[in-house]
Amino acid sequence: MSRVQIVLFSKNGWDRGAQGVAGAGRRLADGLGAELHAVVLGPADDALKNGLAAAAQKVQVVSALEEYQPEPALAAAASLCDGAAAVLFGNDTYSQEIVPRLAHRLGGAPMADAQKLEVKDGRIHVTRSAYGGKALSEYVMKATPAVIWVRSRALEPAEGDVGGAVEEATVELPEAKLRITERHEEAQEGASLEEAEIIVSGGRGLGGPEPFEQMLAPLADVMHAVQGASRAACDAGWVPPNWQVGQTGKKVAPELYLAIAISGASQHLLGMGDSKVVAAINTDADAPIFKHCSFGIVEDYKNVVPLLTEKLKEMQS
Amino acid sequence: MNILVCIKQILDPDLPARDFKIDAANKEADPKGANKVTNIFCENALETALQLREKAGGGKVTAITYGPEGAEDSLRKALAMTVDEAVLVINDKHSKPDAIAVGKVLAAAARKLGDFDLVMVGRESGDWGLGQTGGVLAEELGLPSLAFVDEVDPDGDGLKLQRQTDNGSEVATVKPPALVLITNNENNVPRIPKTRDVMMSYRKPLQKLTLEELGVADEAVGDGHTAFEVTNLYVPEKSVSCEFVQGDSLDEKVTELARRIHGIVASVN
Repeated sequence: MSRVQIVLFSKNGWDRGAQGVAGAGRRLADGLGAELHAVVLGPADDALKNGLAAAAQKVQVVSALEEYQPEPALAAAASLCDGAAAVLFGNDTYSQEIVPRLAHRLGGAPMADAQKLEVKDGRIHVTRSAYGGKALSEYVMKATPAVIWVRSRALEPAEGDVGGAVEEATVELPEAKLRITERHEEAQEGASLEEAEIIVSGGRGLGGPEPFEQMLAPLADVMHAVQGASRAACDAGWVPPNWQVGQTGKKVAPELYLAIAISGASQHLLGMGDSKVVAAINTDADAPIFKHCSFGIVEDYKNVVPLLTEKLKEMQS
Repeated sequence: MNILVCIKQILDPDLPARDFKIDAANKEADPKGANKVTNIFCENALETALQLREKAGGGKVTAITYGPEGAEDSLRKALAMTVDEAVLVINDKHSKPDAIAVGKVLAAAARKLGDFDLVMVGRESGDWGLGQTGGVLAEELGLPSLAFVDEVDPDGDGLKLQRQTDNGSEVATVKPPALVLITNNENNVPRIPKTRDVMMSYRKPLQKLTLEELGVADEAVGDGHTAFEVTNLYVPEKSVSCEFVQGDSLDEKVTELARRIHGIVASVN
């Protein structure tokens, strides 16, 4: 029986991204009439093992890869994914790094940032953004395996429980010529942008770092939101680079995305396109952001944000 | 330090959405009315390479592209940024080579041109944005590689690489040869060429190579031999229309805005 393979890294555990990959893998396997197998590159905690075993018939854990190093991780993935019809990854740093090399090593076809996977006549079709979010493109995968990283947090988790078996996999690991020697995590308060249910994001129109701190932070607080920003605001140094939502920043999928003084360049829209509801505050009624909104207000943020914060406080008390 | 920087010429990604048209027959963006520019992450890679040459106290930076004759403009700009050599591998017949094909062509060129200590590639292009070429090329050349690198420094007889991750950064060390995929940070903003260097760039030699000269067979990289194929390209219809909140005063409008936001926030928390 043919198989679809999903590959996860221990670093993020059974987070929304891992759940999205498992869901996409389960549905793709069903579409191809294949089994779903999972590989964890690194040690797996119980939540990750149990979550994967519900979606996949077989779960292989490579605990020997204690910390991610590119070459051993690639070798382990190549060894365990050989012979699969398709291999799916999430959209984290390590997944994006490994996909093209793994695809080429296995003689397959690489694909990035898939928003939708479908099976038609036994072949895998992918839909994704192109041209910085101005267009949508569709592809048919021709070489096997199709090795694809998906926009995992926006994809539905798997349903049901297949009761898969979990086993330790032993793989011969090569010596790493390139070694990651330092790892720095930037402290983030509360949820990460990618996991956030509510996001309050600010753009160029704010004109400096102060409004982020003095106006948007209190609003985000009362909305239980995580703060984000457009590339313009990050490039200007008003907020840290890891606040950036967009094509080359975070791809987010909250229930509500509130865009304040963001015009809505296509690169930004690409990063927030999976939001359930988008709302905007902007002085320009013709700003592109309003073409992607459910509701909004044409008004200067300086007049709206403090008042809105007050009113939300009242409604919550 | 012998550095190869692979660059790509693309349609200007800053073209406003209202001017963006699709050539439906060829399933690609309509080039009419749009400028061609060097992909920004490729320019970040050129800048990183030039800074490394300075930090290493010398060396050679070669810029290469696989593209049509017109891609020479991007190489001239790289020469104006003061790269030492430029190479155009001419693609005059394959309309949409995939990352596997481009990786194979660039690998053949890299082998022909000599021993490189470091190969640099932009993280992704502003047109299709697949970001696969660097990884395929690393695999073809059998080099260790690291993605999302934003700084490269000499480190004894090796290199120290700094890269961005989902929630922070990492540092890696490697002995050449290696390949890095470059992303942007505040330190690798591409330099603006000096007028004199722009003029000089047209006098510098630019090497042109054909697939035949590289010994790359058409069957390996040609149309119809792709690993995947574009079946459709379109501008999506906007399904949502924005409802502007109504009210006679600012207070009424903001109250309506707050009511709607509160509804969603309350349902989540």
